[in-house]
Amino acid sequence: MSQHTKEVFYGLYNDEEDLLHAIQEANAQHLDIMDVYTPFPVHGLDKVMHLEESRLHIAGFIFGSLGFLTAFGFMTWVFTRDWPIIFGGKPYWSVPAFIPITFELTVLFAAIGMVVSFYTVCGLGPGVSNPILDERITDDKFCIAFETADADLEALKAFFKKTGAGEVHTKTI
Amino acid sequence: MHAPVAPVRTPLIEGHKSYHNITEDLCAPTEKAPSLAWIIAFVVSVATMTFGLFSLAWTIWFGIGSWNLNRTIGWGYDITNFVWWIGIGHAGTLISAILLLFRQKWRTGVNRAAEAMTIFAVICAGMFPATHTGRPWFDFFMFPYPNTRGPLWVNFNSPLLWDLFAISTYFTVSLLFWYTGLVPDFATVRDRAVGFRKKLYNVLSFGWTGSAKHWQRWEALSLVLAGLATPLVLSVHTIVSFDFATSVIPGWHTTIFPPYFVAGAIFSGFAMVQTLMIITRKILNLQQYITINHIESMNKVILLTGTIVGVAYLTELFIAWYSGYLYEQFAFFNRAMGIYWWSYFGMMACNVLSPQLFWVKKYRRSIYITFLMSIFVNIGMWFERFVIIATTLARDYLPSSWSYYTPTWVEIGIYVGTLGIFFTLYLLFTRLAPVVAVAEVKHILKSAGDQYIGERAKGTQGSEAIHESAH
Repeated sequence: MSQHTKEVFYGLYNDEEDLLHAIQEANAQHLDIMDVYTPFPVHGLDKVMHLEESRLHIAGFIFGSLGFLTAFGFMTWVFTRDWPIIFGGKPYWSVPAFIPITFELTVLFAAIGMVVSFYTVCGLGPGVSNPILDERITDDKFCIAFETADADLEALKAFFKKTGAGEVHTKTI
Repeated sequence: MHAPVAPVRTPLIEGHKSYHNITEDLCAPTEKAPSLAWIIAFVVSVATMTFGLFSLAWTIWFGIGSWNLNRTIGWGYDITNFVWWIGIGHAGTLISAILLLFRQKWRTGVNRAAEAMTIFAVICAGMFPATHTGRPWFDFFMFPYPNTRGPLWVNFNSPLLWDLFAISTYFTVSLLFWYTGLVPDFATVRDRAVGFRKKLYNVLSFGWTGSAKHWQRWEALSLVLAGLATPLVLSVHTIVSFDFATSVIPGWHTTIFPPYFVAGAIFSGFAMVQTLMIITRKILNLQQYITINHIESMNKVILLTGTIVGVAYLTELFIAWYSGYLYEQFAFFNRAMGIYWWSYFGMMACNVLSPQLFWVKKYRRSIYITFLMSIFVNIGMWFERFVIIATTLARDYLPSSWSYYTPTWVEIGIYVGTLGIFFTLYLLFTRLAPVVAVAEVKHILKSAGDQYIGERAKGTQGSEAIHESAH
C-alpha cells in the first residue's frame, strides 16, 4: 500500500504482558513507536498506546438513522402520496405496520455502513496486500516497530534489550 | 504473568496450549489432505445435493403442480422446511452475538462454526419461499423497484413482505459479521501457507496486518454488530411467526407465537450446532477446544428453550379451552387427536419430554446422549412446524373442504437436497477456514486455559480431561 519504502526496526516479544510493559517503557523514554502488531486483540493496548476510542459506532448510528429515514419515509410517501390503498380498513398512514421493515432497514444500513467504513479507514479490502513485517505476528509473536529514518538505533537496541524482546530485526517495507 | 482466574471457572481450552499450539491445531484441518471420513461425507452430501437440485429443476420446469398441495392445504413441506431451516440458523447468531454481549467465553469455541451454520441454513431456507411462488423467475416482483405498472408498489403492510426484508437483512448481516471475524484468521492461515494457497488467503485476508489500531476498530465493530444482530435475530423469527399469527386461522391467530417461535428457533438451532460440533470435534481432532464444558453449556440452553417451548404448547392448549371459542378448541383438539396425531405426538415427545433428561448433569456431559438428543430435537422441531402448518390447514372452517396432505417425491427430494446443500457447504467450510476462531481462542487463553485455572494451574490433569479422553 505505501508508496514510499521505509526501513523498519522491530522487536518481537513472546507474551502480551511483556509487550504492554515495553510500550510503557517506550513511552517513558519518549520513543516514537510506528505501530504495534499482535496476533489477537490485547486488552489494555489502546490505553498504553494512547489510542483514541474508535468512532465506528458514530458511523453506525448515522447509517442506521439513514436506513430508518429511508424505510419510513419511503413507505409513508408510497402509502400517503404516490399510491394510497386501503388495506383491511386501516388508515393510509398505518404506522405500526411500518415498524418491521423500518427496523430491518435500520439494522441493514447500519451494518453495511459500519463494515464498509471499517475496511475503508483501515485500508483493508479485497485485493489489498499490505507489507508484512514477520509472518509469526499472526501466530504467537507480539511486535513493536520503529521507523529507522530519524531514530537513534543504539537507543532502540538498548530499549529492546531492556524490555526483553526475543528477537530484533530490520526490514525495508 | 497473567491475571488471576477465579477457581470456580471451568477451563475451556485443555491440554496446556501455547499460542503457537493453538495456531497449529486450528489451522491444521485447512492444511492437511482431507481424511477418508471427510471424502465419504462430501461425496454423500454432493450426491444428495444433486438430487435436490434435480427436484428443484423438476419443480421449476413442471410447476408446483408436481407438489401435493391442494386448495385446502396451500402450505406443506415448503413452508415447514423454510421455518425449520430459518430456526436452525438462529443459534449461530445467538452464540456469536448475544453471548458476546453477555461476555460468555465459551462462545469462542463454537461461534465460528455456528455462524457458518447460520449462513448455510438461511441459504437452504430461502430456496423454499423462492420456489413456492410458482414462477421463481418473477421473484424480483417482491422487491419495491420502480416499474412500468404505475409504479405499483408492494404491500408494505404484509407480513410476507416483512419476512422478505427480515430474511435478506439477516443473511447480509450474518455474512458481514462472520466474514469480519474470519479476516484475522485468514491472515494467520496466509502467513503459514505457500504457493497458490498463499495467494488465495492473501485475497481472502484483505491485507490484514494485526496492527493495534485495526484490532481496536475490529473489536468496536464486532461489539456494535453484535448489538445490532441481537434484536435482529429476535425480530427474524418474530416476523416469521407473524406470517401465521396475523392470519385469521384458528391455531395460528395467537399472540404467543413470536416468543414461542424464537424459543423454538434457538432450541432447534442449538440442537443442530450440537450435531455438527460433536462430529466436527471428533473428525478434526478439536476435543481440546470444543470441550465437554462447551457441550454442557449448550445442553443447558437446549433444556431451557425446550422447556419454554413446552410451556408454550401447554399455554396454547389452555388458552384454546379458556377462550370458549369453538373453532379454536376444535383446532387444538384436532392437532392432538386428529388425523395428524402422530406428528403432534412426535413433537411432544422429542421437544418437551426428551430434553428433560438434561436436568441430570451426567447426561448433559455425555457425548452419546447429547448427540442422540440433538437428532431428536431436530426431528421434533420439524414436526412442530408440520403440526402448525399442515394439521391446521387440513381441517378448516368448511368440512366439505377438509383434506389430507402427503408430500410427493419432488417435495421430499427438495427437502433432502437442502440437507445435502447444507452439509456440502459446511464440509467445504471446514477445509477452507479455521473452524474455531483462532484469534478469539488465543484471546481467552489466559483466562480459560486449563493451565491457568484452579488446581490445574499446578499442572495436574483434572477428572474432566480424563473422562473426556475415555470417549
